Amino acid sequence: MAPPDLAPALAEAPPSFRVRHASTIRQWRLYAHLFRRSFSSMLGLALVVLFLVLAAFGPWLAPYPGDTAGAVKLSQRLLPPSLAHPFGTDEMGADLLSRVIVGTRISLWIGLIITGVGAGIGVPLGIVAGYTRSRLLRGAIMRLTDLFLAVPGLALALAIVAALGPGIANCIAALALVWWPGYVRLVAAKTLSVKEELFVEASRAAGARTPWILWHHILPNCLSPIIVKLSMDMGLAVLAAASLGFIGLGAKPPDPEWGAMISVARSYMPDWWWYSACPGLAIFLTVLGFNLLGDGLRDILDPKSAGR
Amino acid sequence: MLRFALGKVLTVAGTMLGLAVLTFLITNVAPGDPARLVAGPEATADMVETIRREYGLDRPLPVQLGLYLRDLATGDLGQSIVTTRPVLSEIGRYFPATFELVLVAMAIGVGLGLPLGILSALKRDGALDHLTRILSISGVALPAFWFGILLQLYFAVHLEWLPVSGRLPLSEVPPAPITGLILVDSLLRGQFETFREAFLHILLPAIVLSFPCLAAILRVNRAEMIEALQADHVVAARAHGLAPFRIVAVYALRNALLPTLAMIGLRFGWMLGSTVLVETVFDWPGIGLYAVSSALASDFKPVVGVTLAIGLCFMTVNMLIDLAYAWIDPRLRAA
Repeated sequence: MAPPDLAPALAEAPPSFRVRHASTIRQWRLYAHLFRRSFSSMLGLALVVLFLVLAAFGPWLAPYPGDTAGAVKLSQRLLPPSLAHPFGTDEMGADLLSRVIVGTRISLWIGLIITGVGAGIGVPLGIVAGYTRSRLLRGAIMRLTDLFLAVPGLALALAIVAALGPGIANCIAALALVWWPGYVRLVAAKTLSVKEELFVEASRAAGARTPWILWHHILPNCLSPIIVKLSMDMGLAVLAAASLGFIGLGAKPPDPEWGAMISVARSYMPDWWWYSACPGLAIFLTVLGFNLLGDGLRDILDPKSAGR
Repeated sequence: MLRFALGKVLTVAGTMLGLAVLTFLITNVAPGDPARLVAGPEATADMVETIRREYGLDRPLPVQLGLYLRDLATGDLGQSIVTTRPVLSEIGRYFPATFELVLVAMAIGVGLGLPLGILSALKRDGALDHLTRILSISGVALPAFWFGILLQLYFAVHLEWLPVSGRLPLSEVPPAPITGLILVDSLLRGQFETFREAFLHILLPAIVLSFPCLAAILRVNRAEMIEALQADHVVAARAHGLAPFRIVAVYALRNALLPTLAMIGLRFGWMLGSTVLVETVFDWPGIGLYAVSSALASDFKPVVGVTLAIGLCFMTVNMLIDLAYAWIDPRLRAA
């Protein structure tokens, strides 16, 4: 690209969008270039896009959309995989592939809510803990975080679901409640280092109020690790919700939730061995996709940790 | 060092107290009647009232919290509704099975993860490196419960090499407990046939449980080894003509081991959490299965008990790792 001739532009019209944002555009093009070069990042992106499409248009893409609404076709119970039913049928005669496709929306919603609530609680707490000068406040937030991290998330979520009672909403609530501490740790550490930077000191000296500094300086500088973690956590949250569904404390079997489907499949083992293949594969590929995407994002947003 | 250790012990004690309060809040702040929770779903209104009085649930919350903490301090975790036995003794009964499973899984994870990490760091971008990368990525993404079912189908049902589930065949009498770990006890008592059976039974669940841990250890160890192999002192050692094995095993590995050690501690907690899934798939009679079956039966005290036990176990292991860390690297003692 030839350097734009700035002199007449300054004199007449304001510079075009491309000129004003030249450095940002260059940065994004570099990101895109680095991302495209990595096979695993592109695979992750492809998987994530695939499942997003399935979630958005699932009911129209599923080969037998009627099968997910509780249609009972006893003549087609537990059929093995065939051309008509690539992953076989379940005990009600419903096409398993269709049920898994329609279930994508449930699983992605669950993941989105859990990570959203987790980050929504964790990020503000982390910024406050990192930025405050009150040792008491920081100590209180960090001790509370340590407390939630002292028990493996799945075990604590199990206890919360047991108290609230089984069900998909309670399962989401329980997982969201155990999901935020990771964000506090991450953001607090990052905030601690960012707040010592000269530009923060400068804007404070210029009279900026604390909320303004937090929003315009601290948060943007914490954003890249948060985005990476969000992507990874989407997959892990889907996995955790499916785990609770499998145990029998999450979504209940008539719902086409992947974990619950595998739980039902288990009672049809080993004679109907193909039953769990499709939902299991769906969980695996979703988690894999979000993980690879997160890895790829980290490589471009946080190059220092590349290769880890 | 002693001061450092004492501080760590105090932190664990403090966190345990916090955890106790947290479990209390979960039971009492959660919408729903704790008395009904204790009484179980089939109790009549009268029974619920009796339990409310008996357990002091009609008293103000702070008083209840005090009573709860007092009970915990004396080791009273309450009673299971289903079995009407004290939760503490039940956990004591189920814990060795879980501990045995986690130990074997950890041995697999470390035993395979470390060497694979070192080898793939030495031959970067070689065939093995690509293979281990696939392994380490899928290790995180594979749902443990599904992986377990697949292994059962193939190795137990299809090939019939290994048993499907359980800790021992029903016909086999477990050895009289010494440590509670069947693998150890059967050897101590000289029952080698029992040992063989127990070993075959633990293999599949341990592999499933170890897989994410193996992947994580491999990943960290590979990255740390790559960094350590490029460090100045390693280059210097190479320039001096030291034997390659000595360079890798002593000069590089030692520095790469510290972060790996931290990862092992973290993964230990993960494993304790995943036992909930793996024990369900393999009908392994440990605390994970105990917690799940209690939760499904709305039997709440055992779930809280297991949560506390897992928390204590996890924190103790992490404390030991911290101490090992400080012992290896004196700079950390000051922090």
